[in-house]
Amino acid sequence: MSNALTDYSLCALRDALDRREVLAVDVAQAYLDRVSAHDPVIRAYLTVDAEGALQRASEIDSNRAAGGPLGPLAGVPIALKDIFLTKGLRTTCASRILEHFVPPYDATVVTRLREAGAVILGKLNMDEFAMGSSTENSAFQQTKNPWDTTRTPGGSSGGSSAALAAQLCAGTLGTDTGGSIRQPAALCGVVGLKPTYGRVSRFGVIAFASSLDQVGPMGWTVRDAAALHEVIAGFDPQDSTSSDRPVPTGHSRTPVGGRLDGVRVGVPTEYFPETGLTPDVRLKVTEAIGKLRALGAEIVPVSLPHSPYAVATYYVIATAEASSNLARFDGVRYGHRAKADDLLSLYLRSRGEGFGMEVKRRIMLGTFALSAGYYDAYYGKAGQIQTLIRRDFEQAFERCDVIATPTSPSTAFRLGERTEDPMQMYLADIFTISCNLAGLPGLSLPCGFDADGLPIGLQLLGRAFDESMLFRVGCAFEDSTDHHVRRPPSLQTGGVVTGQEAQS
Amino acid sequence: MSIKFEAVIGLEVHCQLATREKLFCGCPTDFGAPINRNTCPICLGMPGVLPVLNEQAVDMAIRAGLALGCEIRERSVFSRKHYFYPDLPKGYQITQYERPILERGGLSIELEDGQRRVIGLTRIHMEEDAGKSIHMDTGATLIDLNRAGHPLIEIVSEPELRSAVEAVAYLKALHEVVRYLGICDGNMDEGSFRCDANVSVRPVGRAAFGTRTEIKNMNTFRGVQRAIDHEILRHIDVIEGGGVIVQETRLWDEAAGRTRTMRSKEDAHDYRYFPEPDLPHLIISTARIESLRATQAELPLAMRERFVRDYGLSAYDAGVLTGEPSLVAYFEAAVVAHPNPKGICNWLTSELLGRVDAAKVPTSNVSPGALARLVALIDDETINGKIAKTVFEKMLSTGMSPDAVVDADGLRQVKDGGAVELVVQQVIDANPNQVSQYRSGKLGLKGFLVGQCMKVSGGKLNPSVVNDTLDRLLGPPATGG
Repeated sequence: MSNALTDYSLCALRDALDRREVLAVDVAQAYLDRVSAHDPVIRAYLTVDAEGALQRASEIDSNRAAGGPLGPLAGVPIALKDIFLTKGLRTTCASRILEHFVPPYDATVVTRLREAGAVILGKLNMDEFAMGSSTENSAFQQTKNPWDTTRTPGGSSGGSSAALAAQLCAGTLGTDTGGSIRQPAALCGVVGLKPTYGRVSRFGVIAFASSLDQVGPMGWTVRDAAALHEVIAGFDPQDSTSSDRPVPTGHSRTPVGGRLDGVRVGVPTEYFPETGLTPDVRLKVTEAIGKLRALGAEIVPVSLPHSPYAVATYYVIATAEASSNLARFDGVRYGHRAKADDLLSLYLRSRGEGFGMEVKRRIMLGTFALSAGYYDAYYGKAGQIQTLIRRDFEQAFERCDVIATPTSPSTAFRLGERTEDPMQMYLADIFTISCNLAGLPGLSLPCGFDADGLPIGLQLLGRAFDESMLFRVGCAFEDSTDHHVRRPPSLQTGGVVTGQEAQS
Repeated sequence: MSIKFEAVIGLEVHCQLATREKLFCGCPTDFGAPINRNTCPICLGMPGVLPVLNEQAVDMAIRAGLALGCEIRERSVFSRKHYFYPDLPKGYQITQYERPILERGGLSIELEDGQRRVIGLTRIHMEEDAGKSIHMDTGATLIDLNRAGHPLIEIVSEPELRSAVEAVAYLKALHEVVRYLGICDGNMDEGSFRCDANVSVRPVGRAAFGTRTEIKNMNTFRGVQRAIDHEILRHIDVIEGGGVIVQETRLWDEAAGRTRTMRSKEDAHDYRYFPEPDLPHLIISTARIESLRATQAELPLAMRERFVRDYGLSAYDAGVLTGEPSLVAYFEAAVVAHPNPKGICNWLTSELLGRVDAAKVPTSNVSPGALARLVALIDDETINGKIAKTVFEKMLSTGMSPDAVVDADGLRQVKDGGAVELVVQQVIDANPNQVSQYRSGKLGLKGFLVGQCMKVSGGKLNPSVVNDTLDRLLGPPATGG
């Protein structure tokens, strides 16, 4: 076998482990070695848990040898955005205020991954409290885009997307409040799914904007994302907003070469504006839609007329909720506590020293939006527009089964390029935000490269709880293209093995 | 000429619901646990935690609404109320703001002249309690979060109370209702039942309200009365002295007997309420309301009326019995065993309550059945009332049944004419002076002779048989002498 263990997609690895062709401990070691070799440049990991990973991997191997029960991800090495609480393993949210925070409990999704047999390699960088679109707001380090290390991996789940693209983990979880899974996935040439709001438990996930946050899988392929989704999704009695709708299963084993006959793909005119969309992105996304048509789908124009208000609406709702959710970081019970002589200065200094600029900016915006006398004009009005945006989608989905758009208006921008201009940074999420406001599922998958060789993402939006449709369309597209198996030349991989090759 | 003022008072009562678990997590609610023992990541406000609503607390709130005639909202909403304080772990309290679970309603109170008046309720909403700050002499503040997340209902009255006495009558009536419903233990010392008062005054006859102040930190009914009385007089003094009342929150200082400024309106928080995104709207079905209605406890007022009507008790006795929920069950169990409500009530209120705290009556040595049996023994003249007290003492100290005491101590009443006659004759023989004075017309001496008979017999003779025997043996006294 000329490929390295770190060349296997999550599904391929799962199957190889199942067939006992490889040992979990060897896989874990191969990933840890690769992290040692490449992460000093990529800087995706905030914490590597080599000891825990190897121990867990060897447990899995023993279980397998003994014929004991094994979960669906037994031995698969996963890394987690550092927003998920991991019992006994430092969880920072990329913030100084939680720099030394070791959680007393596991997030529900972490528990589910552990029970499924996943081997947790470590915790990945992100924008502080998931606030940002480039991972430049991390308090600790700058993650690089593996395709061009002068560029951003996207954000806020930029550690996750970079780790995947550099093959520093086989799968990962991110969170998506306004595009934080899909945009970095697009910018790094990997797959990211934001499930329907309520599909995946938020318990143990550090909250940014509670009504918009959603946990989702990221992987090299649509099938990889589906395999992770199947494990983490489903009702959680500890999350009152989680849904008991049945979780779609089996999509990670979708046969190769599916057709899309009878599927209606809506293309919203608002997502292909005259300006604000780079020509390469427009071209590749349009070609991708052509590919869907070639696979049998019917392409129908749709309209989402309230899209222009989405970014403004989002930055009222998300900041308002963030200002509330971050109130608990007060230096009293955990996290950074500044030296102070009285209560007020304890608060001011702990929070002043603990939070970064963007977090402070959003806390102030949100506090303002909720203030007496301003609530109706901001938070109240934003809620009304959210309803209109939701209605746009309901009407569009009367005419189509899935909506196809660009994930991001551009490919990865240069590090530092937008850090001085928050508005420019906020516009990076212009195509992803509406999906969160409407609570719908959204999938980003690679659909080509621009002239600089940077990945471009195709976004597929579905009806609430219809992740199945996204997986179906995504798999069919992926099977007829090779964007997802391409890798940054500088990273010297042996060529991606997805397990679909033999079948195709 | 001085203006006559009237007070306008509204009360906000926080009632800790007697659930087993906290409002949004599974931590126990028992009082007196070691500091910070009853906590978990959720009520500590750790990162990533989410609230899950305790349905038992919702049921209890609905019960309060049913008892107080409130409108029960089919859909109510939880909100976040923000302020920074070390005993508020999340930096916000989950409460209900714009759409509380219960609205309107009324509470019937009894005024001093015996008249009843219904005080309107504005709303009742559910919320979580904060923890406790313990300020040390060293200047340090310690935080105990055992109480953080306890379920509360806040009951807000209309400003329809006109005196401190009325305010206390309202509080007592409310206190009784929540204890009867079993939704609150009503323990004011432990903070299970807390009250804030909004007080203003206005010239009699004027419709517009004066500027109000809010008084906090009143921990007893008496404290409430004193604080409100003090505050009313303070308002009048300020106004009559040409000053103006400043809208503010004031603390009642029980030791000093006065209120003092806690924070002014300018310092008031902007709580930045917004709907709690982590909790879906609370939907309450008609079926749920009806099933709670079907199992709703009888309220004290209705029960008092029933006790007077069905048991023939005086209003006073009915009031004593229904003043304590544990007595009601005890009394009714005893009446089932021996249907002499008045007799049982007398023994319960004058003897048992004289010796045992009301709350401890159900666990005392005298069971309802035993007390009923004691009254039955009196009623069938097995023992007389005086002996019964002796029997009762022994029951209370030993837990023996009345029959066992009577048998063991040979206390059975003597009714047999021959046995009584022996004793009576013995007394007549031993008291010749008194007998001759009686016969010459000093009728009052008969009581003395009866007493002697009882004394000699150890109280065991039947008093009416003694009377009859005395009459017969002494013969008719001289008349007109």
